[in-house]
Amino acid sequence: MQRDQFSIGNTSGFIHPVSSDITPQAVYLQRRDVLKRIATGVAGTSLATWASREALAEPKKLSPLPGQVSKVSGASTMDKLTTFKDASTYNNYYEFGTEKSYPALQAESLVTKPWSVAIEGLVKKPGRIDLEDMMKFSAMEERIYRLRCVEGWSMVIPWVGYSLSEIIKRAEPLGNAKYVEFTTLADPKTMPGVRSSVLDWPYVEGLRMDEAMHPLTLMAFGMYGEVLPNQNGAPLRLVVPWKYGFKSAKSIVKIRFLEKEPVNSWGRSAPQEYGFYSNVNPLVDHPRWSQATERRIGEDGLLTKKRKTLMFNGYEAQVASMYAGMDLKKFY
Amino acid sequence: MLRSLLGKPQAKPFIFGLCTLPFFYLLWGASNDALGANPAEYLIRATGDWTLRFLCITLAVTPLRVVGAIPELLRLRRMLGLFVYFYVVIHLLCYNWLDMGFEWSDIAVDIAKRPFILVGFTAFVLLTPLAATSFNRAIRWLGGKRWQLLHRAVYGVAVLAILHFYWMRAGKSNFAEVMVYGAILAALLLWRVWNKRFARH
Repeated sequence: MQRDQFSIGNTSGFIHPVSSDITPQAVYLQRRDVLKRIATGVAGTSLATWASREALAEPKKLSPLPGQVSKVSGASTMDKLTTFKDASTYNNYYEFGTEKSYPALQAESLVTKPWSVAIEGLVKKPGRIDLEDMMKFSAMEERIYRLRCVEGWSMVIPWVGYSLSEIIKRAEPLGNAKYVEFTTLADPKTMPGVRSSVLDWPYVEGLRMDEAMHPLTLMAFGMYGEVLPNQNGAPLRLVVPWKYGFKSAKSIVKIRFLEKEPVNSWGRSAPQEYGFYSNVNPLVDHPRWSQATERRIGEDGLLTKKRKTLMFNGYEAQVASMYAGMDLKKFY
Repeated sequence: MLRSLLGKPQAKPFIFGLCTLPFFYLLWGASNDALGANPAEYLIRATGDWTLRFLCITLAVTPLRVVGAIPELLRLRRMLGLFVYFYVVIHLLCYNWLDMGFEWSDIAVDIAKRPFILVGFTAFVLLTPLAATSFNRAIRWLGGKRWQLLHRAVYGVAVLAILHFYWMRAGKSNFAEVMVYGAILAALLLWRVWNKRFARH
């Protein structure tokens, strides 16, 4: 089986920092043995985490993106990983259709090269940053986060990226920058869903400055040891693990710093259902269903009971202090 | 051509078999993990879809029979109606079991708290006497006129079913399917109004 992306010089522009990261083709052909050896750290500890994802699914045509173990508190949950197959074929990405299966089927049309992110608003250093440059801002880490969708299902995904604060620091926000707004690409030519009016495009999300600067807030460039599949928000996306999944904007083209709280797309579409904060909270019902339980995708069999949803999706120790004294029923 | 096919004695069992295909597909899919990443959600949704589809098919019998002059369709109507009930029972079973783990107190709270569940449950409650009185003995016991009156409740079921579907989708601005079913049911119901007013007897 050919695995071109492991040959030197054919890595889609990514330069492997450590030559031992590159697995010789002949070795790779004996996958099981190689995985065992890599997983014990023989070929470099940065590949150890990638090996776990490979063991769970079939090889994909994506470039590898290894990440080192993170020191951030709460960055690596011990929960069982969702399979790559489930994480990449069950997606809410309305720009590619409203069914869960559509993004995997239609997102091939997304063009992720060249890509740049505009930095705008109340900052000392506005401008446009190329993706390749942005990826060098900080060392890539592997963050194994729970992701809880507002619909009542959840996954455990090993993202690869670094804290959003690394990008924010470089932009040097001004004193009156209280909020950060994220804009997703909305190209009707390559995204069929954008031609429909199911949402007001482009997709917009936002965070309060302290939430954006929190070490757990991740700018992800990869998952499962590889770059992001298109349907998961390539080439870069936000992951805010203690909030409902729709806050984690995909395929980001603009980061803007504001004084006033931005209106997020789902808040605009159905304000009685989706708030700005959208912290995972089993005690605050959604208008149409309870949020006390969730279905963990891939958890054992069909008849497995739903599991209890945790306050702040289990990240209470790391994030609760940001909401001390705040009425979470009012600010849902 | 169609009339002679429908008139054959094998027509009814054949169509019965067709009506069970969705059920067997879902059973196979569930056993072979072929229903995607969230099979429980898929099953609840698919059984709901099929209930709605059979409702449309059942309500289409009379207009097709009258407009197409195909009296042979009439003998299929009861069977099709009972398949509506069959699929709604499976739909309810999937929800009670897979979503709620048969926790009756949780289910009761859900019905009270979630309007779309209340509406759906009401539709089921309305359908039950219809299924129960679908047999010849029940028709004789009720008498033709009272049986006809009772079975008009299916129109209410159609309205409740669409409301249930619409409310379930309400916060997701994804109403395309709801609109399609709504349009079909509206047409089937409006035909009856038109037929009553304008058809010659």
